[in-house]
Amino acid sequence: MSSEQFMNEAVSPWLKEDGPDSDIIMSSRIRLARNFEQSPFPLFAEEAILDSILYFMEKEYNHQSFLHYKELEFVRMSELKPMEKQVLVEKHLISPHLADKSNKGAALISKNEQVSIMVNEEDHIRTQLYFPGFQLDKALEEAFLLDDWLEEKIDYAFDETRGYLTSCPTNVGTGLRASVMMHLPALVITRKMNRMIPAINQLGLVVRGIYGEGSEALGNIFQISNQITLGRSEPDIIEDLKGVVEKLIEHERHARNLLMEQSGIELEDRVFRSYGLLKYSRIVESKETAKCLSDVRLGIDLGFIKDISKSILNELVVLTQPAFLQQYAKKMLTPNERDVFRASLIRERFTLEQREEF
Amino acid sequence: MECQECHKNHAIVHFAQVINGDKTEIHVCQQCAKEKGYVSPDEDAYSLHHLLSGLFNPNSEAMQKLTEQEKEQQEIQCDKCGMTYQEFASIGKFGCASCYQTFSEHLNPLFRKVHSGNTIHEGKVPKRVGSDISQRKKVRELKVKLQQAIADEAFEDAAKIRDQIKGLEKNLNQHGGEGEV
Ligand SMILES: [Zn+2]
Ligand SMILES: [Zn+2]
Repeated sequence: MSSEQFMNEAVSPWLKEDGPDSDIIMSSRIRLARNFEQSPFPLFAEEAILDSILYFMEKEYNHQSFLHYKELEFVRMSELKPMEKQVLVEKHLISPHLADKSNKGAALISKNEQVSIMVNEEDHIRTQLYFPGFQLDKALEEAFLLDDWLEEKIDYAFDETRGYLTSCPTNVGTGLRASVMMHLPALVITRKMNRMIPAINQLGLVVRGIYGEGSEALGNIFQISNQITLGRSEPDIIEDLKGVVEKLIEHERHARNLLMEQSGIELEDRVFRSYGLLKYSRIVESKETAKCLSDVRLGIDLGFIKDISKSILNELVVLTQPAFLQQYAKKMLTPNERDVFRASLIRERFTLEQREEF
Repeated sequence: MECQECHKNHAIVHFAQVINGDKTEIHVCQQCAKEKGYVSPDEDAYSLHHLLSGLFNPNSEAMQKLTEQEKEQQEIQCDKCGMTYQEFASIGKFGCASCYQTFSEHLNPLFRKVHSGNTIHEGKVPKRVGSDISQRKKVRELKVKLQQAIADEAFEDAAKIRDQIKGLEKNLNQHGGEGEV
């Protein structure tokens, strides 16, 4: 397989699309946790019960299509190699828990990789939908349709008072976790993000740096999600989240304008140094990659860099994760080797960009 | 922002906890978040472990201090999956749907902590079992309205509301719905 083909297939198709406010919002996600009424939750169920759930889900939903989610493919964790599972984790199609802990786990993944229904994770069913950009309403609407479609054949564990019953008390009620992934470089550069986080928390939302192997929010990418699932309706939960996200977008745009006015040349310098580093380095570690990708993406949004597609940040943060690099290299890599392959993959991705122009 | 546990790394997991009505901010690094049980490594939010350890401490010293009533509470056991309240409190996960019924009367304080004071579901109802549920909810709402109308001496309104309630209840009984509201 050529590296071009590899990269094309590695990136989920929806990730390359543009969505509303995609200069700041990378993706929107809705997750609904559901359980079968009659079976103990997966962490405490006997293997035979989990097997029967797998059997049922495969029989009823494998190769089915719903809305524009074509050809759901039923993938059993027990049939995947560790590296294949890791790739699904890095694409956020399955959770680390499903990959590592549940050998009776499976996922139904739509062809466009926008929908992934995890089976026998902590809950029997966890439906996830991804949309590019800021599209929480749309995502919720389709998640509800998908949920109704599943419910035609499944008796959900539901209680009139407590709502949808889940393994963990943090999910009970709506079973909803709504989140957006935001790129907030200007708020980080101007040191405003740290001050805003406590205020966001006070509103019942969780802020989380992601893609950090260690201790930092790599690439200035933050995930904002709801904490409360009980006592508020799904549309209300989404409205609260949207309200905060809209404020953050406003602040980020304002901070970008301010940076341009007050230190335009320094910013331009920063952007092009990072661009050069990604384009020419031979060894690059993940932390530096994330920082530079964030700078380059900011440079594209601010108009400094014109010949590169916007989705490069979204694509490369996924492509430069350890399991992807090993797939690309077709072998296990030591951390040092990884840094070499990472640099080479990034260079090739940039070369691809330039070819597309002609 | 510095991690409040190790004071070394940058905090990247941020949320607020409500304990006895007071909001406490939590800012921890990824590592501490996992080690101290603030988040389960997979979940996008945070786990309960930390909250529950405050709610019930399973070590034996603490056990001796428990009152008879508290001891009884620890021993409640789910018929369906066999989980005891004590196990639930130390693991932080329910064993099955029936656990919710079994531990029902002890869950409100926990849910209030986790869900900002809320204990009752608002929101989506499954379609098939749900039509009765939403009708019963409607009946409850109408009954409140009826009381209000009577208190306001708006007897014409009250009569209309009473008819609506009767209609809905008849429907529910025909479905074999429990009709208890
Ligand atoms: Zn720490
Ligand atoms: Zn149980």
